Amino acid sequence: MIVNRKELSWWERMYLPAIASGFKVTLRHFFKKKVTMQYPEEKWSVPPGYRGAPYLVKDQEGRTKCVSCQLCEFVCPPRAISITPPGPDVQTEAGNVEKRPREFEINMLRCIFCGLCQEVCPEEAIFLMKDYSLTGQSRKEMIYNKEKLLALGGVHNDPIMKWKHKAQEAEQQETFPVPEERQ
Amino acid sequence: MPLAATLVEKIRIQIDGRDVEVPKMMPDWQGKLQPTTMLQACQQAGVEIPHYCYHPKLPIAGNCRMCLVEFGTPMMGPDRKPILNEDGTPKIAKSVLPYEPGTPRGAIGCATAISPGMEIYPNSPATKQMREAVLESLLINHPLDCPICDQAGECKLQEYSMQHGQATSRFVEAKVHKPKQVDLGPRIMLDDERCILCSRCVRFTRDIAGDDALGFVNRGSYNTLAAFPGREFDNNYTLNTVDICPVGALTSKDFRFQMRVWFLRETKSLCTSCGTGCNVVVSSREEKVYRLEPRENDAVNSSWMCDAGRLNYKWIGREDRLTRLGGSRLKACTWTGGAREVAEGLRTARPGTVAIIASARQTNEELYWLKKIATRLGAESDSIPRVGEGDRLLVSADKNPNSNGARLTGICGPLLGMKLAGIADGIRSGSIRTLIVFGEDVTRHGISAEMLQRLDLLVVSDILPNQTTRLAHYLLPGCAPAEKMGSFVNVNGRLQKFLKALEPREDARPEIEFLMELLGLLGAPQPARSVEGSFNQMAKEIPALAGLTWSSLGDTGATVQI
Repeated sequence: MIVNRKELSWWERMYLPAIASGFKVTLRHFFKKKVTMQYPEEKWSVPPGYRGAPYLVKDQEGRTKCVSCQLCEFVCPPRAISITPPGPDVQTEAGNVEKRPREFEINMLRCIFCGLCQEVCPEEAIFLMKDYSLTGQSRKEMIYNKEKLLALGGVHNDPIMKWKHKAQEAEQQETFPVPEERQ
Repeated sequence: MPLAATLVEKIRIQIDGRDVEVPKMMPDWQGKLQPTTMLQACQQAGVEIPHYCYHPKLPIAGNCRMCLVEFGTPMMGPDRKPILNEDGTPKIAKSVLPYEPGTPRGAIGCATAISPGMEIYPNSPATKQMREAVLESLLINHPLDCPICDQAGECKLQEYSMQHGQATSRFVEAKVHKPKQVDLGPRIMLDDERCILCSRCVRFTRDIAGDDALGFVNRGSYNTLAAFPGREFDNNYTLNTVDICPVGALTSKDFRFQMRVWFLRETKSLCTSCGTGCNVVVSSREEKVYRLEPRENDAVNSSWMCDAGRLNYKWIGREDRLTRLGGSRLKACTWTGGAREVAEGLRTARPGTVAIIASARQTNEELYWLKKIATRLGAESDSIPRVGEGDRLLVSADKNPNSNGARLTGICGPLLGMKLAGIADGIRSGSIRTLIVFGEDVTRHGISAEMLQRLDLLVVSDILPNQTTRLAHYLLPGCAPAEKMGSFVNVNGRLQKFLKALEPREDARPEIEFLMELLGLLGAPQPARSVEGSFNQMAKEIPALAGLTWSSLGDTGATVQI
C-alpha cells in the first residue's frame, strides 16, 4: 500500500502552532498536583496480603520456629530453598523440639514470591513479607542465609506456642522430653 | 510366592463380593505351611488390609487390631450341610457380637484362618468403622510431631490416618507423655511417645536376631518399649528394627535428622561388605548416599541386613577419593591419551613377564574383561582373599563380595591368592616386569613397595589412595559399586546385579569402560559396549552362566553352579 504524504501548508511548516500547543499542555501540568513518585527515596505502601520476599521468623520467646521439616524445600517451584538438616548430634538449645535447621538458604534470584513455602509450613515459621526490591552486588550476596533471613523476618507472635505447651504438659506428668543431663 | 504354595489345594472364598481362589495353606514367617489367613487371602486377591504389627517375616502377634475386618461364614444346618437361600446360594452368617446380634464383630485378618465359602468384607461400612475406631485409639497419645519425625513420608500411621482416619480429634484431655530421646544402644534412639506398641521390634530381636533385648514395661497408657535394664541394645542387627518400625519410634542414630525421605532417590543395589551380598536399596540425594536399607530377597537375606554392612557406605563420599588420572609416567591429560599410553606400555611387554592382581571386589563383567586382557598378554593373574568372622545369620566369613565371580571368570584358581607368592617371587627375581593391580593394596599382601619400584611398568586402578597407588606409573581412578552397575556371585552361588546410584566423580570412570577400551587398543576384536552386553557375552562363554541374560537376572538374581 502506498501512503501519500500530505503536503504541509505554509502555516503548518512554521511549526509555531505545534510548539505553542505543546507548551500549553506543559503549562497546564506545571500548576497541577504532582503525581510522580520519587522512587527509590519514596516507596509504595504495599497492600495487606502482598507477597514479597520470604523470611524466617522467631516466636516471642526468641525461638527459631523452623524445625527443618524441609516441606518448603520440597514444594518450592523454582528450587530456591536449600536446607541443611541438623544431623544426629543432639542440639541442647532446641529443647523438646529436637530439630532446627543447621543452615537455611533462599536464593532470592530464583525465588518467584509465590508463597507456597508459607502455605505449606506446618510451624508458621516462614512468611512472605513486604520487601519487593532486593538488591546485591553479587549473585552470592543474593543467597540469603539463616542469620540474614531471621534478622529480616523478626518476631511473629504465636498465640499457641505448641512446643512450649507440650514440654510443660510433659513436665507436669514428671516425664521430661529431653533427658535432664542434656538440658 | 514359593513353589510349595502353588502345590497345595485351593479354597474358594468371596472377598468384597468377588469370588477368588486362594491356597489353603501358605508359608508363615519361618517358611512352614500354615492355614492361609484372611489378610494373606486378601493380599492374594489384590486387596490391601491395613496393618501394623503383622510382618510376613515375623511371628504373628495380633496386637495392633488395625487389620480388623468384618466377615461371614456359610450357615450350617443340623445335618452339617450348608443352608441355602431361595436362589440356591449358601446362606451367610455374618460375624456378630454374641450378646448383641445387631452389631458386627470383626476378626483380625492377620491371625484368622480362612475356611471354604467364607466371605470377607474388607471395604464394608462396618470394617471402615472398626478401622477408624482403632486409629482413633492409636492416636490418643501419639504426639503428632510429624514435622520433626524422620519417619514422616514413609510412616504407616501417617498413611492410614490419611486413608482411614478422622480429620479432627475428639480427645480433649492431656496426652500421656513419655520420654522422647531414649538412648537404647550405640545405633538406636527411641522416641517412646511415637511408639504404637506393635511389638515388631521385640519379635525381631527375640526371634530373628536371637537377642531378647527389648520388651514392654508399665501398663495401660503408660505401656512403654524399653531395653532390658542394665544392658545395651547393641547386637549386629539392631537397625532392622528401625526399618520394620511402622512409626517413627525407633530411629537410626546414623540417619536421624539427616534428610527427609521424600528427597531420596532409591536404587536397587547390593551390599558389598561380605560374601552374602544382601540386597539393598541405596537412598541418595544430589550424589550423596544417606542410607542403605535391606531389600527383600528370600534366596539371600529375607528382609534383613547387618548393621556393619548397612553403615559401611561413608567411604564413598570421602574427600581423598582418587578422582584424577595420575601416575608418575602419565603424559596425557585425557583418558583417550592415558589409555593409549598404557596400551603402548603393555604391548611392548614380553609375554610371560606380566602379572595381574585383580580384586574379588570387582564385578563379574570387569573380571571377565580383565581375564581377556590377561590371556592376551599371557599374564599370570590372581586375586586377594579376605577372611573375617562370620555369624549364623547373614554375615559371611568371606569378606569379598565376589569371590565366586573371580573363580567363575577364571581370574584366580579355586583358592584365592594361591599364586600370589609366585608373583611376588617373580618380581623379586626379575622375571615379572609388568604388574597390573585392580582395587587392592598389594604392599599389604606380600609385594613390598621396594619390589614395586623394581618393575618396568605398574598400572594401578583404585578408588582410595594407598601405598600401591602412590607408586603407580599409571593410576586409573575407578568407581565405588554405588557409582556403577554390574553383578556379583555370592558365597552360595547367587548371581545378582546391582544398579548405579551415583555419578562417578570428576575423571573417575567405571573400570569396565576402560578395560574394554584397553582391550580394543591391544588389538582384540571390538568387545561389547555396555555392562549388559558384557554380561550377555560372558554368559555365553562361561558354562555355569549358560542361558542367563542380564535382563533375566531380575531384581533378585539367579542361582548358578559354583
